[in-house]
Amino acid sequence: MSAASARAAPETGALIELRDVTKTYGQGPAAFLALRGVNLHIGAGEFVAIMGPSGSGKSTVMNILGCLDNPSSGAYLFRGMHVENLTRDQRALLRRYYLGFVFQGFNLLARTTALENVELPLVYRGEPRAARHAKARAALDAVGLRQWEHHTPAELSGGQQQRVAIARAIVTDPAILLADEPTGNLDSQRSYEIMDLLAALNRDRGITVLMVTHEPGMARYAKRIIHFVDGRVDSDHRNGENA
Amino acid sequence: MFWSSILLALRAIRRNLLRSFLTILGIVIGVSAVITMVTLGNGATRAVSDQISSLGSNLIMVRPGKRLGPGRDEAGSPNFKARDVEAVATQIAPVKAVAPVTSKSVTVVCGARNWSSTVTGSTNAYFTAGNWQIADGRTFTATEQRAGKAVCVIGATVRKELFGGQSPLGNELRIKNFACEVIGLLQSKGQSTMGTDQDDIVVIPLRTLQRRLTGNQDIHTLMISVMDGANTDQVMADLRGLMRERRKIAANEEDNFSILDTRQIAEALTGTTKVLTMLLGAVAAVSLLVGGIGIMNIMLVSVTERTREIGIRLAIGALEREVLLQFLVEAVALSALGGIVGVILAMLASLGLAKVMQVPYIFDPGINLLSFLFSAAIGVLFGYFPARRAARLDPIEALRHE
Repeated sequence: MSAASARAAPETGALIELRDVTKTYGQGPAAFLALRGVNLHIGAGEFVAIMGPSGSGKSTVMNILGCLDNPSSGAYLFRGMHVENLTRDQRALLRRYYLGFVFQGFNLLARTTALENVELPLVYRGEPRAARHAKARAALDAVGLRQWEHHTPAELSGGQQQRVAIARAIVTDPAILLADEPTGNLDSQRSYEIMDLLAALNRDRGITVLMVTHEPGMARYAKRIIHFVDGRVDSDHRNGENA
Repeated sequence: MFWSSILLALRAIRRNLLRSFLTILGIVIGVSAVITMVTLGNGATRAVSDQISSLGSNLIMVRPGKRLGPGRDEAGSPNFKARDVEAVATQIAPVKAVAPVTSKSVTVVCGARNWSSTVTGSTNAYFTAGNWQIADGRTFTATEQRAGKAVCVIGATVRKELFGGQSPLGNELRIKNFACEVIGLLQSKGQSTMGTDQDDIVVIPLRTLQRRLTGNQDIHTLMISVMDGANTDQVMADLRGLMRERRKIAANEEDNFSILDTRQIAEALTGTTKVLTMLLGAVAAVSLLVGGIGIMNIMLVSVTERTREIGIRLAIGALEREVLLQFLVEAVALSALGGIVGVILAMLASLGLAKVMQVPYIFDPGINLLSFLFSAAIGVLFGYFPARRAARLDPIEALRHE
């Protein structure tokens, strides 16, 4: 790890901490080591971009940070709590109450209105109908789609769909927003709009944003950029510094 | 959570209306088949017992052999003779009429027309015991009965087949090798529920039948009509004693004849229709099971189709059991919907078929409720496997699914 990364991720107040995390897929001679000992600190309020070539382990680390998968070894501390050995349902509850997801393919429910899509996480939180409506409308407002609430994904453009997905991710006020290639399916104009939106959410609302991307143009919006190569952190620096 | 699962399920069903309809078709057919079969069976049972009780509760039949129906032991149980009839008429107190009955299936001919019917040899007591009314003409005279004259009283069906609209009185019809004058016409009784035509009958004096058709003195059945208000059980006990005595049955031997009153006949006949009802119901229940397999099939397709949706829900934080519940509720909602449609369809079908089959329509809340609950249970049974499959999906894999 470089000296720069130590500066970028202070020991104190870490929202997320990975300690020597490895991930192996498969067994025996076919085993594939996707992560080879990753150490990472991410503090509250950061805007981090994870970059790297295909197969560098950036998606794997994203799945582990998003509690969709457990590491093979090492420790994952979420707000100082060990979460590396949670059960499936415990991880689901952690995602439900602390995490928001934005995916490359938008992943909205088809034939379901924007409002209903945004409400979905609140349904699983057991919030009453009126509160769900109010919060979902506010979230759609925040992404500028209040007037599109009754439209289904098929009636929305790609950029609009991704903004609905962002509204769905922030409607629960998550501790961290995980975005996996959020601009991967968009043209450059829409991509910049989405990045502006994420940057604004980070700046104005203090939402921690963690984003995987392979486009340097998108990573430029982040305050901190981490490069992955061959399952390891290759470089970790504040935006604007040289790697 | 449970309520919202139901709303969610209904929404999913509405989204795929055509497929949902095709899915529940199996359940609809199964449920309506079960209910219709059982309802019609109950109606038929009721019709049979109604008809037998219309004969009057005071009718007793005595037949040779121990059992009613096929397989009865004819050997060693001789038929009755004219003296038995006399004995019953004179020695059993509260008896209104004792009719000796011997029947034979023969073809009756009139001019160019012929008709296959049942010729019954008896006395005028037959008309009393069997509740027959004379529509036209007369019954037998004493001379005709004693001398075995070639005269007959015919039922409405025989008249229609042989004489059309004309009056049969005074005409002759040929039974086998002898000509027979029609002296009376019976009032129509209509079709019996067992499918036999009660009006398809030719009654001639017993003596005539014995002499011209059977060639012996045997009497197959005694039809005994008991006076109103008499104790039927007592009469039956007396009859049994008399018959044992006349047939010289030792104390340690079993009866070689059987005595049945209308209640027992009704029980025997309705017992048959009840068994048939159960059998048909069971066959229909199998189709209900097949309908359940159809639901499982479609739910599995649905899980595969909606893998991404399941992935999204899991990523957002749905628990395994919540996804399980969602799909289970959907399966149960589908099958219960099929159940409701089936119940309604069965009601219409039973009403229509009951009219066609001329049996009364009896609404049985038990079988309707049971079939509906069974259809819902099938939803749970066959929905569980696809639902569990959905709940156990890996969210990462599911999100990647195209």
